[in-house]
Amino acid sequence: MTKLNSKVPKGSPLADTWTNYKDKINLVNPANKRNIDVIVIGTGLAGGSAAATLAELGYNVKAFAYQDSPRRAHSIAAQGGINAAKNYQGDGDSNYRLFYDTVKGGDYRSREANVHRLAEVSGNIIDQCVAQGVPFARDYGGLLDNRSFGGVLVSRTFYAKGQTGQQLLLGAYSAMNRQIARGKIEMFNRHEMLDVVLVDGKARGIIARNLITGEVSRHSAHAVVVASGGYGNVYFLSTNAMGSNATAAWKIHKKGAYFANPCYTQIHPTCIPRSGDYQSKLTLMSESLRNDGRIWVPANIEDAKAIQAGKLKPTEIAEENRDYYLERRYPAFGNLVPRDVASRAAKERCDAGYGVNATGEAVYLDFASAFVRYGKEQAKIHNLENPSKAEIIKLGQAIIEEKYGNLFQMYEKIIAENPYETPMMIYPATHYTMGGVWVDYNLMTTIPGLYCIGEANFSDHGANRLGASALMQGLADGYFVLPYTIGDYLSDDIRTGRITTDSKEFEQAEKEVKERLDFFINNKGTHSVDYFHKKLGKIMWDKVGMARNEKHLKEAIAEIKEIREDFWKNVKVTGNLNEFNQELEKAGRVADFLELGELFALDALNRNESCGGHFREESVETDGAQKGEALRNDKDYAYVAAWEYKGEPSDAVLHKEELEFKDIELKTRSYK
Amino acid sequence: MNLTLKIWRQKSKDTKGKMVDYKVTDISEHMSFLEMMDVLNEQLVAKDEEPVAFDHDCREGICGMCSMYINGEAHGPDRGITTCQLHMRMFNDGDTITIEPFRASAFPVIKDLVVDRMPFERIQQAGGFISVNTSGNTQDANAIPISKHAADEAMDAATCIGCGACVATCKNSSAMLFVAAKVSQYALLPQGQVEATDRVLNMVKQMDQEGFGNCTNTGACEIECPKGISLENIARMNREYLKASL
Repeated sequence: MTKLNSKVPKGSPLADTWTNYKDKINLVNPANKRNIDVIVIGTGLAGGSAAATLAELGYNVKAFAYQDSPRRAHSIAAQGGINAAKNYQGDGDSNYRLFYDTVKGGDYRSREANVHRLAEVSGNIIDQCVAQGVPFARDYGGLLDNRSFGGVLVSRTFYAKGQTGQQLLLGAYSAMNRQIARGKIEMFNRHEMLDVVLVDGKARGIIARNLITGEVSRHSAHAVVVASGGYGNVYFLSTNAMGSNATAAWKIHKKGAYFANPCYTQIHPTCIPRSGDYQSKLTLMSESLRNDGRIWVPANIEDAKAIQAGKLKPTEIAEENRDYYLERRYPAFGNLVPRDVASRAAKERCDAGYGVNATGEAVYLDFASAFVRYGKEQAKIHNLENPSKAEIIKLGQAIIEEKYGNLFQMYEKIIAENPYETPMMIYPATHYTMGGVWVDYNLMTTIPGLYCIGEANFSDHGANRLGASALMQGLADGYFVLPYTIGDYLSDDIRTGRITTDSKEFEQAEKEVKERLDFFINNKGTHSVDYFHKKLGKIMWDKVGMARNEKHLKEAIAEIKEIREDFWKNVKVTGNLNEFNQELEKAGRVADFLELGELFALDALNRNESCGGHFREESVETDGAQKGEALRNDKDYAYVAAWEYKGEPSDAVLHKEELEFKDIELKTRSYK
Repeated sequence: MNLTLKIWRQKSKDTKGKMVDYKVTDISEHMSFLEMMDVLNEQLVAKDEEPVAFDHDCREGICGMCSMYINGEAHGPDRGITTCQLHMRMFNDGDTITIEPFRASAFPVIKDLVVDRMPFERIQQAGGFISVNTSGNTQDANAIPISKHAADEAMDAATCIGCGACVATCKNSSAMLFVAAKVSQYALLPQGQVEATDRVLNMVKQMDQEGFGNCTNTGACEIECPKGISLENIARMNREYLKASL
């Protein structure tokens, strides 16, 4: 086992590290930037903002997206908001506090220096986005409005209705469009990266497939940036887009980039429950709803049974017969505990039999008290004397509609129940992956010249991500961090000249990609790609889901291996190679998930502690006020687990990056 | 429920397409329309037939990828939703459902129900941005107050997902609602004023070059738009265009 070098600059206090680093790095002069090419994979918030900024700086950018437009990357679906330590509310926020909250929220498993840098640039992101014309919500004075998210005690979340991710992505997309029009970004829509090419140990290009014509092509560059998002679809059912995949990240892992903490996966507490076996994906309801919604299940098991059988309505259960279990267990944070805590608490109640739909896998998110609270406030504002209860509720509902109207509408379209009249039903679902490709302080992987940013890397969220921090990290990496760090690396490449694609390295990589595609088309097996993906997903959810133990993890590793072997024998891919072929696209992605899933389980098995989104049943507090809560083990596990590929996923070799906490004292994460 | 599906099949851009009939059985009313299509495709794969190609990604109505013309309506019979949010409870047992791609000469078919929407990209590239570099050295976000009313209206325009339902719905295959949404977003905000003239002229010019038809104020686009983008935006764009042309 080697020690990984995080390359965090030494010698400065944490708060000055990034500034001092920027002052000392090598720069590339504008004339030389014109001679340097950079490939960016993925056009979400991280990739889109990186592509735009690198092009503005003068580099020649080639950007790749599997969708028909950069605007469709899955960052678009982020609803709630983006954090920034602006302290516009004057409620005591600061860069330090955002840094502290993020490290604490991540259960002390992230790298201090990266997180501090993230907090430092957060304010700038908001300035930048406003300058781009992002229509953030404003108050009546014309200033920016904020809301509160889980795990924090201040209001620092900026938002654009329930479509913040959409508006931020359209901002990055507009910046990209300006550069595409200038010819500084060459945009490859409907192209999928199928491998990275290394020349003399450095990342020098990729092999990509045109998804319309099936043509496989070589692309060279002086550096490659992977911003391909997370691997949540390893569960088959998740809130990710159908096409979200880990192929780019996994391919670079197989070429030498270490993969860190795959077991850190976020199961989001507020998603619309599953309705049947045909389910293709799950839909998130923004965490912002927990600002005003109260989560409960029936206090009496008989009531729960009656509800599951469809014989009782939630509105018929009296207040004293409801169990607001988050408020009961965590009085300080109540319904706004972090996501991992809220998810496990829901699972605990449902496992105990108190779930509230036919599957027994749902809890209520109830807005009734918010209707009354807002209604009374409105009655006062409008000078209504002795308003009736119905009038108050109506006024309150109007406020809720203004805040979350699109979410309520979305819920009604999917479930066919009116959430203004009956509580919403929610249940946890896989949402985000904190783990990912290991990167150093420069966001470079263990392969020189290969960078990884956004959700695809592991760096900033530790074992659990706080709400509204994903958008912040994606844009921080792309707009404000990578453009500096990559310049330091590229300053050595000013005399390299264009990289040729007529080399044996490109030839070999292309050959391997084509052989694999040929295999799928010619295999003529018995089962569809989805058949295998669903089988994998079920094992992941049942045995590597919200609560994990040694027995189940060992079973999962063996079972995933079996499915993988079966897949390579019996997968059936219809259609041909040189055409638009969605089955072929899926086959390659699922093949990679079948390897990643095994490493995921192996990592979960290795980490015999409970931290953040990773909960080991063997590691819980046994007594005191925290009884039954997750028990972290800082003595043995305060490290990043970075895995090196060695053939079979279970042969992966573990490398540790020990985490040092200088500015923050390691504490038990209590939200009580 | 049991359904008959009439689906447009077309091998590639240059081949001739046709409607083909399929049957699906035991469809749950709780399924989404695309989950019903998944069921059909699994059936086809099992029979070694080629599944129906269709664009889809987020399946929660925001990415703008899905694009089906169902029973003569873009995104099907429900309102304020995309195809992926359409649920089978909108249909009845025994129904015959016609499924076509979004049709417009500017949107050639790539395969089956998948169309090429690159013209939208080029229109955005012609002016759908504010020319500000990401240096991080812009002014503080709160330096210019923007009235809540203007911010909300800009947001309503910015909510366009670029799916192309407006084009598919319009009898003239006009892209006015799509272009107007972007022009309006910036026209309503102080940040957009500096380049307002060039923006509207360039975007409209590109729109015309792409072969989209003209607007004749029918208003069908507004009805079928999954995000309810208002026709007022077209009026605002016309005003901006006039102002820029004078």
